[in-house]
Amino acid sequence: MIQEKQILNIEKIRADFPILSRQVNGKPLVYFDNGATSQKPQEVIDVIDRYYQNENSNIHRGIHTLSQEATTAYEEARLVVQKFINAKHEHEMIFTSGTTGGINLVASSFGKKFLNKGDEVIISTMEHHSNIVPWQMICEEKGAVLKVVPINDKGEFLMEEYDKLLSENTKIVAVTHVSNTLGTINPVKEIIQKAHQKGAYVLIDGAQAVPHTKVDVQELDCDFYAFSGHKMLGPTGVGILYGKEEVLNQLPPYQGGGDMIKTVTFEKTTYNELPHKFEAGTPNIVGGLGLAAAIQYMNEVGIENIEAYEHELLSYATVQIKKIERIRIIGEATQKASVLSFVVDGTHPSDIGMIIDKLGVAIRTGHHCTEPLMNRFNIPGTARASFSFYNTKEEIDVFIQAVERAVKMLR
Amino acid sequence: MNSIKEIQEEIVEEFAMFDEWMDKYEHIIELGKELPLIEEQYKTDENLIKGCQSRVWLHAEMQDDNIVFTADSDAIITKGIIALMIRTFSNQTPKDIAEANVDFIDKIGLKEHLSPTRSNGLLSMVKQIKMYAIAFSVQSNS
Repeated sequence: MIQEKQILNIEKIRADFPILSRQVNGKPLVYFDNGATSQKPQEVIDVIDRYYQNENSNIHRGIHTLSQEATTAYEEARLVVQKFINAKHEHEMIFTSGTTGGINLVASSFGKKFLNKGDEVIISTMEHHSNIVPWQMICEEKGAVLKVVPINDKGEFLMEEYDKLLSENTKIVAVTHVSNTLGTINPVKEIIQKAHQKGAYVLIDGAQAVPHTKVDVQELDCDFYAFSGHKMLGPTGVGILYGKEEVLNQLPPYQGGGDMIKTVTFEKTTYNELPHKFEAGTPNIVGGLGLAAAIQYMNEVGIENIEAYEHELLSYATVQIKKIERIRIIGEATQKASVLSFVVDGTHPSDIGMIIDKLGVAIRTGHHCTEPLMNRFNIPGTARASFSFYNTKEEIDVFIQAVERAVKMLR
Repeated sequence: MNSIKEIQEEIVEEFAMFDEWMDKYEHIIELGKELPLIEEQYKTDENLIKGCQSRVWLHAEMQDDNIVFTADSDAIITKGIIALMIRTFSNQTPKDIAEANVDFIDKIGLKEHLSPTRSNGLLSMVKQIKMYAIAFSVQSNS
């Protein structure tokens, strides 16, 4: 306990998140569904509120003061994100609707430009449906082939199998940085290097990584990196697609509309420059501002502190949950983020989820949008607790007791 | 045989004695454990109603003038609620089932289990029961 207070002042942090003080089913809320979405600090809520109260106006096209102010604020938000992931240029930050939006953009635009019949796209067994289906769609359209890197029983990416799949035919590799179901942290730097040696591009799904660990896109040297605002204290409906300037410039636009054009005639339209070329239509302006506020909050807490503290929570929870009889942790990678997926033999995850919800504990149950991964483990789903830096060991105790009670009822 | 309405009233009365959610859930779990409701041969993909959270199998056949439902689920709470559904709808005429109003789930405080967000297959199951009723009544009329 003493040690954890040294890393972060949790009491103070918790006070910044209004929702954490509410009750659910008559019990204090224990929110362990951070993998699905994180809660929002007052700063982010205030930015959203203030925007609609005082600042609302459309960006990039207004002559009036409000529009100019909104444009400046939105473009400043882009700079905040750029700095956060250490991108080389601000125009390499494409505002999207979220990770799914970013991956679909790349699959579609990259696919149109680079994929031909017989080309190969590599993903892994642990991908979220968002990093499977867009590739299936474009592969089908282009006659390309989707290859899948298997994992071991601990839920780790099999590098030697990846080596075998990589070839001159590989055009792009799309893998997750952190598995939403298993918590596995993939060795993405090595994955990227190896792909580049074969001349393939790489997209990293960073939805579960950016909220929990320092991401430096230049150091990783990835070609694309996609993530969501709402999993990292920001609002829903906004995300970022990072892309290297030289790669993005080669891609055709994703959607047509306002803001993405330079000039339009009925004969020919010329497209705007980066990043606007990929940002058709009025964007989620307040989402962008909220995301920047979320990043500023994370910066103040310190991403290294967040990572260290969450690691402590995960270690504690892992030890505690193993005390429950016939429990099986799904995902035991050596490198893991704060995700604890489990099944209890003789019970169904959804039953556990429903009962502990009555005790105020929010977790996720089901296949977590990773059906192929569930098939790999031959289970219908898991119960998943995912921690954030505003959670505590006391909450983990409540959660463990709740699971114990549920298991007792169910057996 | 009691009518669908009477059975639903019975269930509501039965659940009225539970004050605590815990007792209510324990009762449902017991109901769930008392089954199997379906013969293994009917646990086919055709009879599968796939929810995001849990799976439900539903089989229907005509016996004399009534539809007999058998069902199962891999999740025990869902299975307990299914047991209540079967009690309500099985051995009733297609016409009565098609016209029935399902309100006992709401009345016993388990409404959330029939919400689309639960995605446990129960809502689809109710729809499927009604579909069978309509299909069988068309058959018997023709």
